[in-house]
Amino acid sequence: MTARELALQLGAQFPGLVSAPAEFRGEITLRVAEAERMPEVCAAAKAELGFDYLVDMTSVDNYGQDPRFTVVYHLYSYRHHCWLRLKTAVSEEQSELPTVTGVWRTADWHEREIYDMMGLRFRGHPDLRRILMWEGYPYFPLRKDFPLAGRPSDVPEVAFTGAAPLEGGPFVTTAGGADAAAREPRARTPESEPPRD
Amino acid sequence: MAEAHELKFKDTAARAAAAAACSAPPPAEAEPGDLAGDRMVLNVGPSHPATHGVLRLVIELDGERITRVRPEIGYLHRGDEKIAENCTYTQFIPYTDRLDYLAPMANNVAYALAVEKLLGLERQLPPRCQYIRVICAELARLSSHLLGIGCYAMDCGAMTVFLHTFTEREKIYNLCESLTGARFTTTYTRIGGLARDLPPGWVEQCRQFLDEVVVNIEETETFLTRNRIFMDRTQGVGVIPREVAIDYGLTGPNLRASGVAHDLRKAHPYLVYDQLQFEVPVGTRGDCYDRYRVRMEEMRQSVRIVRQCLDQLPDGPVNAPAAKVLLPPKARVLTKMEELIHQFMNVTQGVNAPPGEVYFAHENPKGELGFYLDSRGGGTPYRLKIRSPSFVNLSILSWLLPGHLLGDIVAVLGSFDFVMGECDR
Repeated sequence: MTARELALQLGAQFPGLVSAPAEFRGEITLRVAEAERMPEVCAAAKAELGFDYLVDMTSVDNYGQDPRFTVVYHLYSYRHHCWLRLKTAVSEEQSELPTVTGVWRTADWHEREIYDMMGLRFRGHPDLRRILMWEGYPYFPLRKDFPLAGRPSDVPEVAFTGAAPLEGGPFVTTAGGADAAAREPRARTPESEPPRD
Repeated sequence: MAEAHELKFKDTAARAAAAAACSAPPPAEAEPGDLAGDRMVLNVGPSHPATHGVLRLVIELDGERITRVRPEIGYLHRGDEKIAENCTYTQFIPYTDRLDYLAPMANNVAYALAVEKLLGLERQLPPRCQYIRVICAELARLSSHLLGIGCYAMDCGAMTVFLHTFTEREKIYNLCESLTGARFTTTYTRIGGLARDLPPGWVEQCRQFLDEVVVNIEETETFLTRNRIFMDRTQGVGVIPREVAIDYGLTGPNLRASGVAHDLRKAHPYLVYDQLQFEVPVGTRGDCYDRYRVRMEEMRQSVRIVRQCLDQLPDGPVNAPAAKVLLPPKARVLTKMEELIHQFMNVTQGVNAPPGEVYFAHENPKGELGFYLDSRGGGTPYRLKIRSPSFVNLSILSWLLPGHLLGDIVAVLGSFDFVMGECDR
């Protein structure tokens, strides 16, 4: 069966919850309306449609929009040899959704990474700790409102960060700047940046 | 002046115990079953030869038997995904060298293919470009497996193999150097093409290398495959059943050693893999020995693939006819108006990607390297997620290691052939 057929089958099983499949570059994406029912949808996709492999799980920060976060699941079926992408929205006030570690054990580290980088909590996760940053780090660095240069932080006797690099950098272009001069790679600091609206 | 307290405990030992109970938090590592308190917590890493980088394992031991393992990663975290959001698609290519730094060419190819999928460029890639990319990816696989097996043998006590495989690996780096100008940080691909064509004489050098490496692989095989010590160290150790391997999302040789014949080059052929003859080796027991055997056979298959590519290598351009994506030739930039505009737009704004999202998975030496690109239009990705095989492969350790002996840790870790550069990103 193709990914589209499987997606339609999943949509028929959860009418109103799972959207119609959207296709871009041959990839099928389904939107799940309620993040709370994600484990249910995932369990059905695994048990009945053969999506036994959770390839990847990640999150996107749609800063300035509501709901702010999107959680993206990439599924693969060894039986049908196709991918399927599930997306669900999580608002900033909620910042929480149920875990899918009960469906695929590989979700454990992916969910920890999402928590570490974006600050979304997974209810029912067996061990929700930071994974790439250290325990006690106060920020979520992949959020769009976290500056590229970093923010100073200090966990006594564990680790510290300063704005990096210390002199002259970082030399980066900014996404979606108004004109080419604003996008040009050059040293940017919070002070030299024009205020964002 | 210190306040006077009335002593509750008459004897000093009881008082000391009460004070310790108040001040010290309960030990976080304590297992409920450890009532006698005879388990020991051992730190392996983050800087330890067997961890191949900066992996730290917090291991709880009952005698020599491992009862619990907590892997700690992140010591090499550089925020690659954050950096990617702040530079153009082309500017991110050098950062991909530093993911799996033992196979930079394969990462370059994977990233270029992901962006080309987003741009809808895959069909426009000229055949010569596709063949050269396959050669690069397979040389990277050879290089990575040579290092993986050499280091693995050394972890298990066989020094000779390491020196033996490194001799061949050095030749691959010489080939990389004459091809890309750099030995490690190759940055060879461009969106829609390659940095440069093969230099004169490179094909002959590569053929000569292939003739030498097959001899070396056979010799390495005689060192290890029927070596009693090596077999005792690896057979029946670190057994991963098929279902568990899939559940933990293992990929690459680690998955195939557990009996799942899944190779992205076969299952979803990209580039010209559908026109090449090669086999996908699969293990039966999923132990460390099988993972070693799968890698050995993959090297032979890679040699086979590169030979076919060199034989079939077509002539022609190496860059897609996409003027708005690739930099035009310098001579034309200096003399022609249109090329000057393209050069200017490419450098200042980057490629103009359509809004949309793609996931592209590449069969890297370590497993499935995936790039998830979320584009909102323009020259920079809104979000770039790197699905790194080492990160996912390592997550099984806390399931796999308990029950093994302390001495098996190096055998199991080495058999996974992970790289912290891509695990921590």
